[in-house]
Amino acid sequence: MDIAGITGNIATVGYGLAAIGPGIGVGIVAGKTVEAMARQPELAGRLQTTMFLGIAFAELLGFIGVATYFIFV
Amino acid sequence: MPRSQERALHADTVTLAAGEGGEFHAPGIGEFLGLPELFFADTPFAIDRIVMVRLIAIAIMLVLFYIGLRKAKRVPGHGQSLAELAIDFVKTQIVDQVLGEKHGKRFLPLLTAMFFGIFAMNITGIIPGANIAGTSLIGMPLLLGLVAYVVFIYAGIKEHGAPGFFRAQLFPSGVPWPVYIILTPVEFINIFVVRPLSLALRLLLNMMVGHLLLVLCFAATHFFFFSAGGLYSLFGIGTLAFGFIFTLVELAVAVLQAYVFTLLTAVYIQQSVSHEH
Repeated sequence: MDIAGITGNIATVGYGLAAIGPGIGVGIVAGKTVEAMARQPELAGRLQTTMFLGIAFAELLGFIGVATYFIFV
Repeated sequence: MPRSQERALHADTVTLAAGEGGEFHAPGIGEFLGLPELFFADTPFAIDRIVMVRLIAIAIMLVLFYIGLRKAKRVPGHGQSLAELAIDFVKTQIVDQVLGEKHGKRFLPLLTAMFFGIFAMNITGIIPGANIAGTSLIGMPLLLGLVAYVVFIYAGIKEHGAPGFFRAQLFPSGVPWPVYIILTPVEFINIFVVRPLSLALRLLLNMMVGHLLLVLCFAATHFFFFSAGGLYSLFGIGTLAFGFIFTLVELAVAVLQAYVFTLLTAVYIQQSVSHEH
């Protein structure tokens, strides 16, 4: 494949592209949780559980990005 | 190079990094697939390094819990209080928070077994001598995902009966009926295909990628120190430090992935048995 004169396999940069979205997502999830915990410290435990759930879903997309390298290369 | 020798070379990452003629070879999927079979070679029960690590990890975990809880007393000793602390973590942090009192009690044994099984197989990724996570081949995560799948469907059917369960899952109430044309297929794919597969893939890829990162760091260190020579050795110090940092990250990931897997299973069970859905 030839993009703007650079030759090589697009899959090698695939993970970098795939990591952008989940990176933003995980950042938002964690940041909002910190905000919520600062407002209501007594709910910190439950908020943390929910945060890990949210992170797990966002992060999966990044890991699918890793998997595609092994599938398509 | 003969095939067997080539395989042995693949298995040994240090040899791999040194490569032929001091060239650097990046680690790849060969770290996990096509490992030499150690026992029962060429049968369906062939045991390679990863399978052996799984068996040993599970055996050690069982022995530790047996020693800890062999003579359970009202006033716990050191071993017993450690084991109780670990089990209490699963009970308070996952089961009670998500499932509540009534259902929590039923599914606590399963979720506890799941958490510690996954944790034991994850942690081998950073234990010197084992150095590979038992969950970094698709078989084990897929099996665990299948267990979660069967359990949350079973729990839902037991609670609502088969028609009630599928109606509650596929036709959530509170939307006008034309929406079901889009919503039902999406929900079907989400609940019955994506859920178990995403559980399995998340665990597998986390452990796989963690191992690849560690191999990359230490293989690069070996390359910089022994093959590159000169000032490049300085890079080796950096990669070595990164390797140690990633080892600590892997420790956190091993716990976190066991936690997330168990937590998601509990959430899926909760969604199956809940009444207001």
